[in-house]
This record gives sequence, structure tokens and C-alpha cells, in this order.
Amino acid sequence: MKILVAVKRVIDYNVQIRVKEDGSGVVTDNVKMSTNPPDDNAIEEAVKIKEAGKASEIIAVTVGEEKAQETVRKALAVGADRGIHVKVDSILEPLAVSKILKKIVEKENPDLVFMGKQAIDDDCNQTGQMLAAHLNWPQATFASKIEVKENSLKVTREVDEGLETIEVNTPAIVTCDLRLNEPRYASLPNIMKAKKKPIEQINASDLGVDTNPRIEHIKIEEPPKRKAGIKVASVEELVQKLKNEAKVI
Amino acid sequence: MSVLLIAEHNNKEVKSFTLNAITAASQIDQDLHVLLIGHNADDVAKSISEVPLVKKVLHVDNEIYENYIAENYTSAILKHADKYSHIVCSANTFGKNLMPRIAALLDISQVSDIIKVIAPDTFLRPIYAGNAFATVKSNDDKKCITIRPTSFEAAESTGGSAEIEKVDAADKTENTKFVNREEIKSDRPELGTARIVISGGRGLQSGENFKLITDVADKLNAAIGASRAAVDAGYITNEHQVGQTGKVVVPDLYIAVGISGAIQHLAGMKESKVIVAINKDGEAPIFSVADYGLEADLFEALPQFLEELNKLNTIQK
Repeated sequence: MKILVAVKRVIDYNVQIRVKEDGSGVVTDNVKMSTNPPDDNAIEEAVKIKEAGKASEIIAVTVGEEKAQETVRKALAVGADRGIHVKVDSILEPLAVSKILKKIVEKENPDLVFMGKQAIDDDCNQTGQMLAAHLNWPQATFASKIEVKENSLKVTREVDEGLETIEVNTPAIVTCDLRLNEPRYASLPNIMKAKKKPIEQINASDLGVDTNPRIEHIKIEEPPKRKAGIKVASVEELVQKLKNEAKVI
Repeated sequence: MSVLLIAEHNNKEVKSFTLNAITAASQIDQDLHVLLIGHNADDVAKSISEVPLVKKVLHVDNEIYENYIAENYTSAILKHADKYSHIVCSANTFGKNLMPRIAALLDISQVSDIIKVIAPDTFLRPIYAGNAFATVKSNDDKKCITIRPTSFEAAESTGGSAEIEKVDAADKTENTKFVNREEIKSDRPELGTARIVISGGRGLQSGENFKLITDVADKLNAAIGASRAAVDAGYITNEHQVGQTGKVVVPDLYIAVGISGAIQHLAGMKESKVIVAINKDGEAPIFSVADYGLEADLFEALPQFLEELNKLNTIQK
């Protein structure tokens, strides 16, 4: 069984975002970048499945600028076998990314595609479901547990009401929740080994996919700031404030 | 122009967030139709038809819709897509799972999680965990949109009498099977719509200690939330998680207890009207968004808080 894992390079989750003054976007120069956190869970799960002898090969793919390769390299360091970097200089919408990934799936014929449920930059939560639609494959989104069976997966999904379990036939797309597993750190020897693993570079423009943006970003702005609050000295004062000043209890 | 909204329900009643989504959808266009996909859900159809903002209910009833499967819903929705300028639903786990599948098959770039309708093609949406707001304009002919329900008031639910039109079912997928759903039943208000939410974090140190939170919640008739750290540690189940990848809540009062206030948690609660933080670390980032901060050991403060509440003559419910 072959697993394709899609990873995205995003501003690190610990960075406090700064909005550009001209309203064109957020500041990314000299800002720490990392793999989108739930994409790390996607890689980890693929590696665990391979370690359990149920997968033969893991391919990590990313779509992005030159430096996006770093995320593929990191995936290789924790256990992916080879990488694919689809090079594109502009920021693509999930629809375009899903069309590119469809081309990669057609080329590689994986049995499973894993990725994070949501990217923490644009917070769209679309790419996996869109890819599943293009391929007419089943989708198991927000996965917190995956059980690999003969020709299917049993997936526990985190939904608003609690947990839902579905069974999907392979080939299938799974989007991963942060609670799916605990991503491992790459060891130094594995980081060194990963440098020798192959990363194939493909230009997005060679894939014959329409990647033109459909959505115009008119303005990016800072959200309204909350006015500074106060510290109260005691529980008694807190309850009085809530009762008499905020009038919420 | 007319808008097709996909209802979320459990075949017995419509989920409350559908009413919030109806408000947003009606701001896009008044000609609002609701598609109800279910099995033995006539009561749900009737209740949606009574929402005054709804002009028509399309109701498809078939046993294949007994449980919600995105693949089956998608084919049922696509049968009607031609007639509408907008297809919308709420941006919770229901809509997040569903809408991109529809959008991709219609070759539309979806606009996710809108918090404001600026024009029928222009919307405001948070990005970067709500640390930036983007004004976006969709240039697709048709729009697929998910709506952050807590950013819109719930629509009035009675007084209307929209026509209910029965429509046909579509193909069923053979590749996805529903197995089960572990729904945790609770008498408490729902986290997404509660007037008061009290949340616990890693500071609680154990699942047993969440009782301190529960006791206060009982007193205030509050819903119980949690940080991701508390859920990951197994103190409480996942449906309580508030944050960027959990639930977004906008209660009148949000009480964060033993929660440091990571960006990802703030994304889920910082629009609350009044925020209280109780934390023993005076430098915790949660204090930067709190209207009232109490620097104290929660194990002392929570029992005292309950005691003080007990002294009050009246508590708003």
C-alpha cells in the first residue's frame, strides 16, 4: 500500500501574526515558518502504518515556493521515503491546490492520501474534501483514530457532538486532527539521511491546471482590539463586578 | 439570485446553528430556500417552514439519508445547484466536511467561515486564528460559502409558513459506511449557544478536578469548555474544546480557569462579551484579553467563587 501525504509550509503556530500596514497581507519576512501542525500528524500516521507493515511507501508532497521544500525534507526525516515539490510562486487557493494534488495522485496512484484537516494560515479547511471530490474518492475528515483493514479504513472523526466512526473503502482521503497521534521529532542521523532522499521538482505550470485565483483579497486588517481589562484583588470583588458592573450574572 | 441553505438536523429537530446560518443567508439574498436531506424528518421540514425568513423548503426523504454522509449529501445537493446563486451552510464540523466537496464539483473556490456579509459577493472572514480579518470578494459565478454561526443572531423560528416541496433522492455511495456516533448527552446548555461558558485548562491537573468547574457551571447554568491541552491530557472529551480547530464561542460571559491563553485558544473565545481569567501566573497571555483578571490559585478561587455565588440572592439564567 502506498500513502501520499500532503504538507504545507505555514507561519509557525507560535508566531504572533502582524498585519501589513498597507492591508495587503501579513508580514512573512524574517518570520519563523514550519509545517502546518496537523500535517505533522498526517505524516506520523503514515509512518506508523508503514512501521506496522501495512504500507510499502510514503511520498510527501507539497505545493509552494522554493522554500516549501523544507517541509518535505522534514517529512523525509521522520520517515517518508521520497518527496515531490510542486513549485509555484504565488499563493494558491485550496481549489487550485486540490487540482494539482489530483494530478499527483493520478501520477503516483496511492491507496491513501493523508493531510491535515486545516491549515492554520488561511483556516480554509477545504483541500482534502476537494481532492476527494475531484477523485470521486470517499473522505474521512477530522480523523482522531484510524484502523487499517483489508480494503478499507475505520476512522473515528471528531465532530461537534462527540465522536463519529465511519468506514471508507480504499482508495480514500483522510484529513487528520491534532489528536490523531503524537508526532515524533526527527533524530539527527535521520535528518542527515533525509538529505539523501530524492525530492522530485515539478513546475505547477507544467501540470495543465487552472490555478488562477477566483477570490480577491480586498483588504487584510487587524481585528478590533479588546479594551484593556482590570485585575481584581479577590473572588469577592470579581463576583461583585460581574453582578453590578458587567451585569452578566 | 437565490440562496440554497443546507440544513443540519438529526431527523428529529433542526440544529440550532442552522437558524444562525439562515440569518446570514438572508443577508445575501431574501429569496432563501432550505434543503433538508434526511429520513423520516417531516417534523424538521415543518419546523424549518415556520422560520419566517425561509421562502421554501426542499425536502428529500430517503433511508440513505438516515445518517449524514458527505458523499450522499453532495449528490443530493448538486441536483439543485443550477437554480441558485449561492449554496451555504454553517461552518461547523457538519458544513466544513460537506461544502468543499460540493464546491470542487462545481469548480468553485469556496469562501469559508464568513463572519459578515458585506455584499452578495463580498465577505469578511478571520484568518490566522482570528489574528487578521480578510475582506474577500468571490469572482466565481456561483458562490459556495460556510458561515460562522456564532457571528450571526439566530433567526426567529416561528410565524412563517413556507411551502414544502418534496424532491427526489440522488445516488448513494457504496464507499462510505456510517458505523456509529458517540453522542454525549447532557442537560447543560450547548457550548456553541450557551449564555455563559466556563472553561478549564491544563491548570486543572486532572479529570477529577474538573468537578470544580462543573460545580460552578451548575450554579450558573453554564456550558463547559476546555483548552486543547486539557482535552489532549484526557481531562475531558473533545466536544468541549474551544479554539482555532475546536469550537468558536461568543457567550455573554466566558470564564477561563487555569488556561494560559495560547493564540489558538483565544481564537475560539476572544469575541465573548465579558471575559474572566483565573490563573496563578500573572503573566499568562489570557489576561491580555480578560475584562476581569484574578491572579489566584484556582483550587482556592473556584470553591470561593461558588461560595460567593451562593450568597447572591438572584442569578440570571
